[in-house]
Amino acid sequence: MEPLLVFPDPPPADLVLVLDRAGYPWKAVNETSARNEPDDGWAGAIVCDWESGGGEEAFALCRALRKRDVPLEPLLLVVDPARLENLELREDLFDDFICAPLRAEEVEARLKHLFWRTGRGLRPELVEYGPLVLNLETYQASVGGRALDLTYMEYELLRFLATHPGRVFTRETLLSRVWGYEYYGGARTVDVHVRRLRAKLGEENAALISTVRSVGYRFGQPRWPA
Amino acid sequence: MQSQQEYVLRTVEERGIRFIQLWFTDVLGTPKSFNITPAELENALDEGMTFDGSAVDGFSRVQESDVLARPDLNTFQILPWREGDLAVARVFCDVLNLDGTPFEGCPRHVLRRTLEKARHKGYSFYAAPELEYFYFASARPDGVPQPLDTGSYFELTVADLAGDLRKRTVLTLEEMGIPVEYAQHEDAPSQHEIDLRHTDALTMADTVMTARLVVKEIAQERGVHATFMPKPMEGVQGSGMHTHFSLFEGDVNAFHDPGDPHNLSKAAQGFIAGLLRHAPAITAITNQWVNSYKRLVAGYEAPVYVSWARNNRSALVRVPFAKRGKPESTRIEYRSPDPACNPYLAFAVVLAAGLDGIDEGYDLPPEAATNLYAMSPAELAAEGIGPLPGSLADALNLMESSELVAETLGEHVFEWFIRNKRAEWADYKAHVSRFELDRYLPRL
Repeated sequence: MEPLLVFPDPPPADLVLVLDRAGYPWKAVNETSARNEPDDGWAGAIVCDWESGGGEEAFALCRALRKRDVPLEPLLLVVDPARLENLELREDLFDDFICAPLRAEEVEARLKHLFWRTGRGLRPELVEYGPLVLNLETYQASVGGRALDLTYMEYELLRFLATHPGRVFTRETLLSRVWGYEYYGGARTVDVHVRRLRAKLGEENAALISTVRSVGYRFGQPRWPA
Repeated sequence: MQSQQEYVLRTVEERGIRFIQLWFTDVLGTPKSFNITPAELENALDEGMTFDGSAVDGFSRVQESDVLARPDLNTFQILPWREGDLAVARVFCDVLNLDGTPFEGCPRHVLRRTLEKARHKGYSFYAAPELEYFYFASARPDGVPQPLDTGSYFELTVADLAGDLRKRTVLTLEEMGIPVEYAQHEDAPSQHEIDLRHTDALTMADTVMTARLVVKEIAQERGVHATFMPKPMEGVQGSGMHTHFSLFEGDVNAFHDPGDPHNLSKAAQGFIAGLLRHAPAITAITNQWVNSYKRLVAGYEAPVYVSWARNNRSALVRVPFAKRGKPESTRIEYRSPDPACNPYLAFAVVLAAGLDGIDEGYDLPPEAATNLYAMSPAELAAEGIGPLPGSLADALNLMESSELVAETLGEHVFEWFIRNKRAEWADYKAHVSRFELDRYLPRL
């Protein structure tokens, strides 16, 4: 799993404890280092508007994360219960919030719920999105309960897309991330594999992978309508 | 590679696959296969499976008979139909010598080698064939072919068996990850066409092998015989495999040039010129049976003369209009191949001919603008338009004197092919046909 973005750097000690105990990889950032996205992107973000004295930094960061080409999600906000009114009119900046002080069980439950909503199953080896289920452990994929007979490269491409729902990838990115080397045949290879995947998904599910004109491909729905 | 192997082994286990069919192709394009069990699979993936090559047409001579089939994991695919009640998967193989070097007689290797040449020049080669075939009531060689329907081009008939077979075939192909562009009833009674979406030529050659099998398999389930015989009935159109070809440089269609009046790049023009120059010599490969030449006659929309044109369907090479704003769809259509060819060898010789045209900078002759079928031989000669070979014998003579074909196929395949086909021609020449009996017996 990709790391969670955690703000601020260093994060509150009890948050670190919770994350480490639940086994979530994370990386703490401040306003500037938040711009350096890891290669695989972020799994999501936990932003603390607490202990930072109620300043605007936390919301500014949320806004920046949401305004990217592909808005970062899920985003969990940690707030001081005394300042809940700050959330008003900012509902689009976060997916869920939690009041400090933190309780480990609650953080974990909320994260699980958020990941489930954005296409990550409650079991780490399952990726679920609508009718599609991928089992990363057994390499099996099914759609609407029907097993898909995929070739290895088709599976790898679907796995990559389904674990990054809502994001638009260029052909070049897909080529380097899925094929992993300068595959000869260029980005046409990606088009051809997407077509094969759509054929196997069947007409009613082919739209799970949408073509974003002159950019590339996206799996699933964008969270934020253009 | 390791994870790919793990993927295959795990899938076999998870899905309860009982047999894995190792597929390969002989020199004439006949599909060959042997089954292995999951227990043998890991070893087959690591080391390949040894088999006796002398049992396969065009492979080994008796004294050097053993060869290896090594699965190409990219092609591992569970089959949508079952053998009895057992789940089965297939994987295409490359055939190797026992020392692990590519085996000279393997058609897949012939195509790979030619694609490698293109790759050195920075090109990848794409193909999109249109497979035509007939459904008949039975395959009895002594019988007269019995069409299932009398529909014609694009005709919509209600509840017809053939249309149903075609639909199920398309769905099965899609399930196997083979996107179909169109499927329709063709011109002749009981004739159908399935057009495949373009992909790289090696995958496409594998796909043609798969598609031919799927068409026959689905027909057989309903007691119907599907045939890719080029000309099963006289007086109606034969079955072709018009194939659209293009070269790409990375993402860019190398055939497209917005500055050219026809949008054809220098490379495209060279490719067509090379194809036209070598067309007579490669015809034995694209049309490899005695019967293939019964299709290549005037009057049935099959090419007879070596020419090119835009949107003139009597030409051998047609340049379809690319949709506006879709430069990537610029391509050429080569109209002589029939669906009974060996797709690996056919794509290899087409590519080699086209590349030669680019390398040597051959000039593109003028476009054939009128209907070629309507011109007299003298008019054609004046235009510099020569004929395609009229028989397998002519085609073999032209092929035999072609450096390009010999080099592309390699000595082993080239020599065996000529020998095998000369024997076929000799048998045919000695045969006294119904035509002769009807015509001469009463009169002479």
